Amino acid sequence: MTPQLVIFLVLAAIAIAGAVNVILQRHPIHSAISLITVMIALAGLFLTLESEFIAAVQIIVYAGAIMVLFVFVIMLLNAGVEERTNMSRMARYAGVPLAIFLLIELAYQIGAATSSMSPQPPAEGVTRGLSMLLFRDFVFPFELTSILILIAILGALVLAQRGEGVPAKGGQEKIS
Amino acid sequence: MPISYYLALSAVLFGLGVIGFVFKRNIITIFMSIELMLNAVNLAFIAFGRALGQLQGQVFVFFVIVVAAAEVAVGLAIVIVIARNRQTLNVERINLLKL
Amino acid sequence: MNEAIVRSILLVSLVKVVVLLFLVLTAVAYLVWFERKVAARIQGRWGPYRVGPHGLLQPLADGVKFLLKEDATPAGVDRFLYFAAPLLTMTLAISGIAMIPFGPVSLHIFGVATPLVVANINVGLLAIFAITSIGVYGVALAGWSSNNKYSLLGGLRSSAQMISYELSLTLSVVGILLLAGTFNLSELVTRQDGFTWGRLPQWNLLNPTFPQILGFFCYFVAAIAETNRAPFDLAEAESELVAGYHTEYSSFKFAMFFLGEYASMITVACLASVLFLGGWLSPFPRTPGMDWTLYIPAIVFAISGFALLINAVGYRNMFGRIELAVLGLVLLALSFLCTQPGVIGDVQGPFWFLAKVLFVLFVYVWVRWTLPRFRYDQLMRFGWKVLFPVALLNVVLTSLAVVMRK
Repeated sequence: MTPQLVIFLVLAAIAIAGAVNVILQRHPIHSAISLITVMIALAGLFLTLESEFIAAVQIIVYAGAIMVLFVFVIMLLNAGVEERTNMSRMARYAGVPLAIFLLIELAYQIGAATSSMSPQPPAEGVTRGLSMLLFRDFVFPFELTSILILIAILGALVLAQRGEGVPAKGGQEKIS
Repeated sequence: MPISYYLALSAVLFGLGVIGFVFKRNIITIFMSIELMLNAVNLAFIAFGRALGQLQGQVFVFFVIVVAAAEVAVGLAIVIVIARNRQTLNVERINLLKL
Repeated sequence: MNEAIVRSILLVSLVKVVVLLFLVLTAVAYLVWFERKVAARIQGRWGPYRVGPHGLLQPLADGVKFLLKEDATPAGVDRFLYFAAPLLTMTLAISGIAMIPFGPVSLHIFGVATPLVVANINVGLLAIFAITSIGVYGVALAGWSSNNKYSLLGGLRSSAQMISYELSLTLSVVGILLLAGTFNLSELVTRQDGFTWGRLPQWNLLNPTFPQILGFFCYFVAAIAETNRAPFDLAEAESELVAGYHTEYSSFKFAMFFLGEYASMITVACLASVLFLGGWLSPFPRTPGMDWTLYIPAIVFAISGFALLINAVGYRNMFGRIELAVLGLVLLALSFLCTQPGVIGDVQGPFWFLAKVLFVLFVYVWVRWTLPRFRYDQLMRFGWKVLFPVALLNVVLTSLAVVMRK
C-alpha cells in the first residue's frame, strides 16, 4: 500500500463515482457538476503521471471554460428534470448487469494486455519539451487549431443569434 | 504505478461514457457523455506517453482539448437553436425533420 | 529512514497550513476593517469608531452578527448546490494563498528546513489560475440554485464577466513568463533580484529588457473584474439587481461569500506583488552604504508604536486607552526585536512583502471608492475589445524584446 497506490485509488474512485453520477442524475446541472469532479480527478491523475502542465490546462480550459459553457447553456435553456423513463424490463434486469460486466471485462482485458508497461521519465523538462514539440514539430496542426477555433466562434455566433441577425443598436439587452 | 491501472481506468470511464450516450435522453447529458469519453481518451494518451517516455502524448491531449472546446461551442449553439424551435430537450421528441 | 522523513515533512506542512489558515482568516477580517476605514476617510467620515478603539473590534462584532442571524433557506432551492456554492467559493479563495512565497529564508520546524511557502509547486502560477477558473462555478451555481430570477441574472452576468476577464488575466502574466522562463513563484521572485545602474530594483514592473507596465495595468484591471469588485461590481452592487447572486443567502453562508471575496482580493494582491513588484525583495540595493535600510522594519514598527501610544493618551474611554497603550507597547517591543542580529535578516523578506501587499490592497480599496460603476455592456466591451488586445500587445512586445536581447 504505497502512498502512490492510495492516491491513485482515491482519485480513480472519485473519477468513477463522478462518471456514474453523470449517468444516474436526472437533472442536467447535477450531471454537469459530476462531470466537473471527474475532470478534476483526472487532472489529479495527470499530476501523478508527472504531466503537470496538461493537468493545469485541463482544469483551466476543460473544467474551467468548457464546462462553464455547459452550465450556462443549461441555465439559459432552463433545462428541467428528465422525465421518468419506464425502461423495458429487459433493459432494467439484463441491461444493467450486462453493462457492469462489460466494464469489468474491458478493464481486465486492457489491464492484462498492457501489464508489462511501466512509467519512464521523459528526456527533458515537461513544459519546455512540450513547447518545443508544439512549436517546432507540430506547428502546422497548432495553426490549424487556431483557425478551427476561429471557425467555431463564428459558427456559434451565427447559430445562436435570434431573428434576422444584426443585434439592436446601443447594446440593449433583449429579454425574451 | 503500473500503466495498466491507468489504462483500465480509462477503459472504464470510456465505457461509462458510452452507456450515458446510449441511455440518456436529455441532449445536453448526451453531449456531456461525449465529453466524458474524450476525457477517458485523454487519460489513455497521457498514460501511453508516460509508458514510452515521450511527450507526444501530451501534445495530442492538448489538441484533443482544443478540438473538444471548438466542438462544444458549436454543438451547444446547435442545441440552443433546436431547443428554441422544438421547445424540448428530449431527443426522442426530436425525431422528425418537419417541425 | 524514508518513513521518518515523509512523516516529518507531512507534519511540517500541516503546521504551515494551520498557521497560514489562521493568518489568512485574521487578515481577511481586518481587511474588511481596513476597507471600511479607508472608504470612510475618502468619503470624509470616521468609519467604525465605537466598537473597540478605532473600530478594531468591529470584525469580531461582524463575525458574531453573521453567526447569530437567522439562517433562512428559501423554498424551491436546489439543496445540494445552494449549500455547496458558498463553500466552494470560500475554499477556493483561501487555497489560492497556499502557493505564495512570503520570504526567502528557511524556517526550521521540527528540525526540517522548509521555505516560507506552503506549496512550492513547479507550476505554482498555473495552479493559482486553475483555482481562479473553478471559482467561477461558485458564483454561477449560487445564482442558479437560489430559485430567484434576480439571482440567476446576477449570477450569469457575474460568471460571464469572470470568464471574460480571466482571459486577460492569464495573458497579462505571459510577459513575465517570457522574461523568467519558469512557473515557480519562488523562482520568479529570485529572478527579480538585481539592480539596474546599481540603484533601480529590477522588479518585473521595471524590467531592463522590457518593463511590464502594460502587463501590470492589464493584470490589475483584470483582477478587479475577476474578483467582482468595483468599478466592475454591477452584478452584486447594492443598488442593482437587489444583491445579485448572493441575494438569497443569509448569515453564515453570506459570510462565506464575503470572506471568499476578500480572500480572493488578498490572493490577487499577493500575486501582483510577487509577479510585478518583486515579492519579498527589498527596493534598496544591498551595498555596504545602504546598511541602514535593514533597520526600516524596526523604524516602521517604532513609529507606529509611538503613534498608538500618543493616541492612547487622549482617547475617549478607558478601555480604548488601555487597549491602544498595550498595542503600542507590543509594537515597540516588536521594533526592538527587529534590531536584534538574529531576527533582523529574517524579518526583511516578509516585511517588504507585506508592505507591497498592503500597498496593492490600498490601491484596490481606493479604486473602489473613487470610480463610478461600469454598465454591464460597457464592462464586456472593455474586457474583450480593449483589455484583451492590450494584453496581446504586451505579449508581442515582450517577446520581441526578449528575442532582440538574445
